[in-house]
This record gives sequence, structure tokens and C-alpha cells, in this order.
Amino acid sequence: MSNPLHIVVCAGIVPDPLQTLEPVSGPHGPGLKNEMVLPAVLDPWAASALYEAAHLAAKHPGSKVWLVALGPKAKLQQVMMTVAQKAGFELVPVDGPIGGFPDAHSTAAVLAETISAIAGLDKTRLLLFGGWESASRGAGITLQLIGEILGITDQFQGVDRIDMRADCSFEVLERVEGGMHQESVCAGLPAVLGWATGTLAEPRNNPQTGMSNMRTILPALQKARPVALSGDSLRYVAVSLPRQQRATRVVKDMSPDEIARELVEWMGAE
Amino acid sequence: MSADAVQTGLGTAGSDAAACAPETASSIEPLIEHQSLEADIACAGFGPAMGGFLTTLSRAWTENPADPAFESRVAPGMPLQVLCYERADDIGAGVSGVVTRAEGIRASFPKLNPDEIPMAAEVRRERVLYLLDPVGASRRSSLLRCGDALLRGAGRLVGLKDHALELPWTPAFLHKQGGLVMSIGQFNQWVGAQLMGAGLVQIWPGTPVSAPIFAEPPVMTVNGGKRRCGVRGLRLADQGVDRFGAPAEGFMAGMDVHARLTVVGDGPVGAVGQALDEKLGLPLGHARREWGLGMKMVIELPPDSSNPHQLDQNTLAADGVPKGGGKDERLLPGTVWHTFGYPEPEIFGFLYVHPNRLVSVGIFVPSWMGNPARTAYRYLQHYIQHPALWKHLKDGTLRSWGAKSLDESGRRGEPFLVGDGFARIGEGSGSTNMLTGSGVDEAWTTGTQLGEAVLELLRAGRPFTEENLAATYEARRRASRVERGSRQAEHARDGFHHGFVRGLMGMALAGLSGGKLSLDAHIPPAAEQIRPLPPQMKGLKLKKAVTAAMEDGRPLHDALMSARGWPEIPFDGRLLVTHQDALLMGGKVQAMAGFADHVVFHNRGLCIGCEVKTCAAMCSGQAITVGTDGMPAFEREKCVHCGACLWNCAQSADGVHGNIEFRAGSGGLHSAEN
Repeated sequence: MSNPLHIVVCAGIVPDPLQTLEPVSGPHGPGLKNEMVLPAVLDPWAASALYEAAHLAAKHPGSKVWLVALGPKAKLQQVMMTVAQKAGFELVPVDGPIGGFPDAHSTAAVLAETISAIAGLDKTRLLLFGGWESASRGAGITLQLIGEILGITDQFQGVDRIDMRADCSFEVLERVEGGMHQESVCAGLPAVLGWATGTLAEPRNNPQTGMSNMRTILPALQKARPVALSGDSLRYVAVSLPRQQRATRVVKDMSPDEIARELVEWMGAE
Repeated sequence: MSADAVQTGLGTAGSDAAACAPETASSIEPLIEHQSLEADIACAGFGPAMGGFLTTLSRAWTENPADPAFESRVAPGMPLQVLCYERADDIGAGVSGVVTRAEGIRASFPKLNPDEIPMAAEVRRERVLYLLDPVGASRRSSLLRCGDALLRGAGRLVGLKDHALELPWTPAFLHKQGGLVMSIGQFNQWVGAQLMGAGLVQIWPGTPVSAPIFAEPPVMTVNGGKRRCGVRGLRLADQGVDRFGAPAEGFMAGMDVHARLTVVGDGPVGAVGQALDEKLGLPLGHARREWGLGMKMVIELPPDSSNPHQLDQNTLAADGVPKGGGKDERLLPGTVWHTFGYPEPEIFGFLYVHPNRLVSVGIFVPSWMGNPARTAYRYLQHYIQHPALWKHLKDGTLRSWGAKSLDESGRRGEPFLVGDGFARIGEGSGSTNMLTGSGVDEAWTTGTQLGEAVLELLRAGRPFTEENLAATYEARRRASRVERGSRQAEHARDGFHHGFVRGLMGMALAGLSGGKLSLDAHIPPAAEQIRPLPPQMKGLKLKKAVTAAMEDGRPLHDALMSARGWPEIPFDGRLLVTHQDALLMGGKVQAMAGFADHVVFHNRGLCIGCEVKTCAAMCSGQAITVGTDGMPAFEREKCVHCGACLWNCAQSADGVHGNIEFRAGSGGLHSAEN
């Protein structure tokens, strides 16, 4: 039995995590050095949500996936050239600032407003997807706030799996402490799901999917609504990266026990 | 072009030119069904040349979108479907800091403001330095040692300082005045963003192209009795395969992209260009035998105002010249240093200063250096520690690092530029000028020339046949400064095959005479340029080096350099870091799962029996290591796609092809600051 779903995936773009990041202070608050010129990727947590959304939509004929993304238009376009090959979706871009420092409430308000304005979106069939964390917005609350603004009370975070039932109720696996999953059953839609890594591998690049997506992505980008996020409600006292330490040694014939002991001592010293 | 005269550096292809069967390089998999899509123009590789081509096309469309010439034949009612496929995960993942005269680039962007391109600066000052050997390990001839001794004796009387002698002038052929210092990664991003913003062109990163699709026999061209294959599109690389290319979980056969015109700009080691060379051969007398590996670091200088070498615009006079005159060693944005003489006489070096205290510092290790232990990373570390550079760099931080093979054959390595349904542009088309040390602007210009030619043919409603492309694109190129420059440079560096001093003399002769004079030389294939290990290395020193390598767990070539007297690198964890740390700190390697290994060793016995194993020594990412059985092993996750292994294989099963194949692969170095 087919139950077409309307899945909205909220996904920001972040600097490629493999890059060397350096926080800097500017006239508009903290940011990352050269962030606009760093290669960007779709936020990895949210990317999992997108792949899960596409997979779910494929299992429910008639379903539709929207990707709502906030970021500088040019940067969004660049990232979409990669993402668009991996899954079918309709892009809903919002031309806004890059970076993870804007207040999550401001970001959520803009995204909620954008989602509400999506033509043809049936909120009774809505699954709001996103990452439960972000590679740039570590607070991990943006998705929850969007759900609250949209009046969606069924929210699940750290999701690794969803199984839809014929009556639109669904089972969901959420990560909980201790490396365990909590299994819940939700009576129906709409719902918010903040995804962890899910269970799907990153899809292959499919040029045909890319071509198909691009017919709507480029026009959407050209019409992207510009927004300015309010920075009044939040003040950063200090910004720093997690301290990294690199100590490379070549050691031969060291037993696993000795290695483990040294690591424990090192961690204890930290 | 002598279209019917076919000979090849790859050997047998010339005789095959008449036997054109419809196939792709992967036609050994006839049972696999490849999906296809139709485009008007399909492009392989996104670099400066493709940037020039697509910018020319896109700009013309933007000026007049209603121009019927731009109506797609495969999607009626839509504009031309122009698809460009790039191996790297990002269109800004190019690997090169460059200084360029930028004549072609400025012609495309007359109002170009370097401030709009991150890391770009106008060239303001150039120096040419001869570097003496401060450590005594450099392989210098007796003649050179005598010269060095004389210079040292004369000391400051001749201007010797920090073991370096600055030439009193920069030869005109080396000058880049009026040009730009740039990061190719940032330049590509800048160009790519404008192209995609315009809407005509789609550039798909992370999508390697495995081969051209050759035309069916009926479309072949007749040229003086010999037939040359045409091209009707591109085949993308298979995904969901194991490392050997066999279908695995999630297998997706590479898609066939059919197009009226296929533009090949995938560089000197690109799979499409290689397949074309293999199939068509090279024009008579042409061969790709000269190569170089460019390796460089992007270093951030410290913001220490007490350092007199930091950027200080206040010390510049109004005209941009340093106040007070005299020799200015400061690293102001737009400063360019060309160096030669160290770490080995054959290794040329450079230092380019970008804005925001960033400098690109690097070396070129040429194929004609001969030494099989020519590991570029170790040499680069010694290079930056030369006193003339180190006094500026020692407190800096490594921000990025990378490497790239350069086709240094120039015009002599030029392939057939056009054929039915295809055209070749950029470095892979032999556009690099090795006399001026310039390739980016030449590549860009070849792209714009093809763009103009395609516009002419589209507007005239003429097909992309070999004849039409020759009459438009090739004719433009032959009449341009790219052609004139490449002819002047054709024999400029031959002298280096007879030694460093003769090489310099030959280069000077060619440079000062506009290419009329030069020192000629027989140039053997790149594999034969690798010299066997010298006898003394085979004896005591080699044994000592091997022992050291085994004890320290480091590569043989690294140990060989230590055995030859090169001092150990004093790692500081910031700028002087191990090769493996450089892979993580500066320039990050991406290797998307599901693609096959793109470096393949064909004959195991040849590899095991190879004494020199230069493939491992020259591997820029230490992705090739030698196992205990003597067999090289390849790790795709470390490969920066420099392609050095392709021309650093000393073995050949057929006397023509090397034992290493460099195929289409995904990923590579991913760093915006290159």
C-alpha cells in the first residue's frame, strides 16, 4: 500500500572537515578564517538524513523530497554539483551567511518560515529530517527548534533507522547512552527525525540523477531568497578549536599491552 | 599538421590508426551494459584550459541567450547541454601555485581585479637566485664545483649572500611583470563559480572519465590515405567495484555520455588523453619524453612585526617600489623568486608571495635528472632550509602541500589537436612553454581559442568534423603567441640532457635568440632517463642505506639520500613534518569508496626485479611502497594523483609502454589553498 511521504531535509553546508580550520574574530562576530574559500560539503550528519530520505521516498511511490539549505548562494551551488548526483530532491535554497556561529533560534526561524512556504507541502504527510548534530552548529538544537516553530511535537534524535508502516505510523531507532538503541513507535505524521549516521552507505554519483536534479536546482538558486540572520541575541565570549596534539613516533616491537598502557597514561595526563 | 604522418611516443598506435573499431578503453567488458545520456558538448577535466573554453562559451550565451546557435540538439527548446566532468571532489582542488603573465586570462577578463580572487596578487618584483650548496651533499659536477668555489672566494664582492647569488637582471623570457601570482585551486573555484552561476555549463566534480568513446567506423575521417578515429563522447568510470575493477556491492557501470563535441582537457596524465594518444599515436617526430614533478608547500609566515621580511606596505613608495632602493629581499605580495642550483643542480625552485602572509614555495624535479632516488618531498624540505629561503620561512607554518606532474615536452609532445568530434586543449595538448616556465596562461588561451572556434562553427551551422575544427580551432592556435612561444621553446632545454651547465647555456641561447639557437640533444624515453644505481651505491653505501631503512622503517630512497650525505630533517611538527604528516596537515587526500585502483602494476616479475624502484621514490604521497618481496604496493587513499609513477617506471614489457598504468581515478588532493 502506497503512502506518499513529504520529506523535508534541512541541511547546511560546512567547511570540508578535512581542512585546517582556524577561528577568527571579525566585525560581525566570530568566524572561520577564509571560510568562504574553503571547500564546502553538505553537513555530514544532514547528508545521512538526505540519503535516508531518498531511500525512504523510493520505497513509497509518489513521495517527494525537498532539501532546504541555508548558505551563500554561490557556495550552495558548488556543493550541489556533488550532492545532486547522489539522490533525487528539489532544492529550496536560502541565500544567507555561511558558518556555524549565527544563533540557532534565528536560523531555525528562517528555515521554519521557508518550509512553511513550500508550495504543495502537505504537513499531514511531513517528515522533517536533518542531522541530530552539525559539523558546524554543535548546539544540535536547530532541528528541534524548527519542529517546535512548525508545531511538530513528535521528535526523535540520534536516529539510525525508520520503518514506515502501512497506516503511516512508524518505528524508529534512536541512539541512547551506552551504545544502545531505543526503539519507539510513533502513531503518525508529522514528525521530526534528527539523524545520526543511519544505515546507508553514501550513494554512488549518478550523472542522470544529477542532470535531473539540475533542471530544478539552477532555477531555484537563481531565485534564492536572501536573508540576514539576527546576531543580537547571542554573544560569544571566546572561540577556540579543540586542542590537537600530534606526536608521531616509529616504534618497533612494542607489545599491544605496552601500547595500551602508554595510551592510558597519555590520556590521563591530558 | 601532418595528419597522415603518425608515429608515437607510446609506440604502436601509429600503425593502428587505420584500424579503427568502435570501442572504448574498457571495451574488454563487452557484457556490461552502460547507460547513456545525450549532451551537446562533453568535457573531460576542469582546469585552466577548460575554464577558458567554458568561459568563452558561457559568456557568448549570456550576452545573447536567444542566439539560435545555442539551441540544444539533444534537448529541444533548451540551451546547449554542456557537461564537464572532473575527477577531483571539488573544482577548486587543483594543485599548483603559479606565477603567470596572464595575458590570455586578462584578455578574457579585461577588468580583472586580483582582489576578487583569493590568494591572487599582481607581480611586483622578480628575483633570480643561483643557490650554492650549503650542506655539501648536492650532486655537482667538477665544473660546477669550481664555479661555486670561485663564487665563494669572491664572496660579497660579487653579491654572494646566504649561499645565494642574485642575478643582476631577470632574463626577459623569464619575466612575468604585469602578471599574477595565484593559487590555481582558488582561481579554478572563482572561474567555476561564475560559470555555474551563468547557468549554461554544468561542472560535475567527483566524476572521473575513464575513456573516450571512439566513433563507429563510418564516421572516420580520410586523411591522406590514413584514417583517424573520431570521438563521440566520454565513458565515465565504473563505480561500486573492487580495487581491481571487478563489480562489487552497489555496482554501477560507468555511464556513456554521447556528444557532438568532446573536449579533452584532462591534463598530461588524464585517462582520456592517454587513450587518444594510444589509439591515434602522435604526429611524426612527436613524443612525450620530458616530464617534471612540481611539488610545493603553501606556508603562512608569522605575523611578527619585528621580522624585517614580513609584508609591510608602508615601506613601499607610491609606485610600489621599495623605499630606499637596493636589493629588496622582503616577501611582499606579488614577489616572485626563481631559483636554480640547489638542492641539486637539475632542480629549479620558486617562491611566490600571495596576500595575507602566504607564500608558495616549491621545486621541479625533472625526468632528465636521472637519479633514481629523486624523492621530491625530501628535496623540498632541504630546499626550504636553504639559508636564502630559511631566514624568511623558518617560523612559518605549513598550511598546504601538493604535487603535480608536468608535461615538459611542450610542442614536441603535442598530440593531434583535433579529430572528428573532438578537440584537445591545455597542458595535455602540449601547450606548456618550458622556456618561459609558463603553462597556465597558455592552457587558458588554448581553451578560449577552442571556445571561439566552437562559437564560429555553431553559428555557421557546421559540424564538428576534423576539417572544421582544424580550420577554426587549430588555425587560431597556430597563428597565436602560444604557437610562437612553443616553437621558441621547442629545443630550449635539450642541453640539460648533457649536463646542468650545458643546459643553462642552451636555455640562455634559446631565450636570447627567440628560439633560433639552442643546444640539441637526443632525448631518450623517460624510462631510459632513469639511471641505474651507481656501483658504489650497490656496494657499501647501498647496504648501509638499506640497513638504515630497515632499522628506521623508512623508505629506501629516503635512506639513500641520507647515505649520500643529506642531513636528517629536523622535524618541528609545524613546517618540517614527515611526509605522512604532510598528507594530513597540508592538502588532504580523498579517495571515494567504490572506485578501482587507478595505479596498476602490470608485470609483477618486472617490478620485483626492478633495482631502482623510482616509482616509490617519486610517489608524492608515499602511496607506493615496496613490500618485503620487492613488489610495489599501491594505496589509493594516499594518492594525490600527481601521476609521477606513470613516467617514473624504469621497466617495460614491450619496450614501449611502462609497466605502470595510470588510469582514471576519483579523488586526490583536496585543499583550497593550492
